[in-house]
Amino acid sequence: MPQFPDAVSNQNMTNWFLGSFDTHIPWWFILVVIKAVAAFAILVVLTLFNIWYERRVVSFMQMRIGPNRVGPQGLLQSLADGVKLALKEDIVPTNADKPVFWIAPLLSAIPAFLAIAVIPWGPAVSIFGHWTTLQLVDLPVGVLYVLAISSIGIYGIVLAGWSSGSTYPLLGALRSSAQMISYEVAMGLSFAGVFLYAGTMSPSGIVNAQQHGWYFYMLPLSAIIYIIAMVGETNRAPFDLPEAEGELVGGFHTEYSSLKFALFFLAEYINLVTVSALAVTMFFGGWRAPVPISLWSGANSGWYPMLWFMIKLLIFVFVFIWLRGTLPRLRYDQFMAFGWKVLIPVSVLWLLVVALFRQLRNAGDLDRAHAVPIGIGIAAVFLLLVVALEVRERNQIRRTPPPTVPDYEPLAGGFPVPPMPGQSAPAVPRRPQFARTAAAPAPALNGTTAEEASTR
Amino acid sequence: MDTYVPILALGLIAAAFAIFSVVIGSLTGPKRYNRAKLDSYECGIEPTPQPVGGGRFPVKYYLTAMLFIVFDIEIVFLYPWAVAFDALGWFGLAEMVLFVLTVLVAYAYVWRRGGLDWD
Repeated sequence: MPQFPDAVSNQNMTNWFLGSFDTHIPWWFILVVIKAVAAFAILVVLTLFNIWYERRVVSFMQMRIGPNRVGPQGLLQSLADGVKLALKEDIVPTNADKPVFWIAPLLSAIPAFLAIAVIPWGPAVSIFGHWTTLQLVDLPVGVLYVLAISSIGIYGIVLAGWSSGSTYPLLGALRSSAQMISYEVAMGLSFAGVFLYAGTMSPSGIVNAQQHGWYFYMLPLSAIIYIIAMVGETNRAPFDLPEAEGELVGGFHTEYSSLKFALFFLAEYINLVTVSALAVTMFFGGWRAPVPISLWSGANSGWYPMLWFMIKLLIFVFVFIWLRGTLPRLRYDQFMAFGWKVLIPVSVLWLLVVALFRQLRNAGDLDRAHAVPIGIGIAAVFLLLVVALEVRERNQIRRTPPPTVPDYEPLAGGFPVPPMPGQSAPAVPRRPQFARTAAAPAPALNGTTAEEASTR
Repeated sequence: MDTYVPILALGLIAAAFAIFSVVIGSLTGPKRYNRAKLDSYECGIEPTPQPVGGGRFPVKYYLTAMLFIVFDIEIVFLYPWAVAFDALGWFGLAEMVLFVLTVLVAYAYVWRRGGLDWD
């Protein structure tokens, strides 16, 4: 059997492919369309998969079985749910601002798709004999682009809540936006350290810079801050306050139904994938193979990197699900205080420390003998600061007098009410066991009779 | 401008998909009129009357938005500095420390005045 060189067979393939079109569409454009359709398809399929994945994993964590009927292992469950949503009534409330109500889901879903464009899924591969990177576009300011695009999604949420003309969605939207912008600051600050090390803002450049070591152990605090911030940014448990069912029903999408609701759902899951992909790209080596596999020389070429990337991505998605299955929801003030008073100052100071070390190394003053005492010194100052702040807060709590609690009134305002914190209900008198002899009616709680209470 | 063509392509696909979904959703579903169903959802009780335009919400949110802008601008300054850090050397580091300290003064002021407290 004759052996054709690769170039010849590729050329034949190209001719066959182009011949079937019989046009003069430039190759780069065909590649762009192929990659754009592929990115879109990957996102949609990943969303369908992730919804099933989440339900299934949470089920196993809660000793249930979860969806297992539609398709093998219930894999087609999300698709069935999508079809069901399409056949549901599309309710537009009377109170809603109709044009905005229609535009909001679009504003939320379209940017969610766009953000994935700059994420590198792998190095250069050959598609129909043409070399191209597995990345839709390699912007020099790629990470900034992701931040900008994902901020547009917040408009969708705010407008959805505002245009519903209802109380719960409005409150949910305000919470969402406040939360997302608060955690975006910490997120942005954690990226600055990566740019400082990589010397570039392009995602593919950052992946290349991680050839000799992933940034999650070179910049551990940045990675931790980013991972916390990304959970806050996607409004997921334990930071899912905008969708706190007990307080706000469904949050900003309470009034949405049918496929408009599905678009918000889609946007949320795509954002989940985007922040996970960004975490993999910035801190976990992007498409690079993890350590034992990377010893094999072919691990980082061809289509394999896409596999490594996908595995890392799904591990991150699993972490999201794990958090949801494990942690209770935070209180809103604790959540905001954590973002503004802990994450932001810590990430600013951490950035300065990273910059100092980098500059010392660049200037050549940093050898092992100096690095260790400097590192210990900085760590000590950091620890001291944290302890001082904590002591101060505890002192403040101790110094504030306990709030004075009014006496318990069982029928305050004419309604029976439970005791508030600090109050205690009087002991219920024992049921008169020898009721035959009890002539007088039992005295009402705290001495008022029913007539008195009703006239109050 | 060529760089942005792929983004435009993906955007067109996404927009087509999203608009198609919204339109198809309003066509395929049933339509059965019911006054109560079209009311604002408030767990079944009579909805709170809402003024046109969404009404008022706590001033706290404006404060958060303004603080966000302050820090976002700080980040905008930090990014180019971080990218060009190796070329700037000690001068760049010292300048950025001064800038960050200035912002931290404002941050401490906001914290002290209770701008970061939620109740």
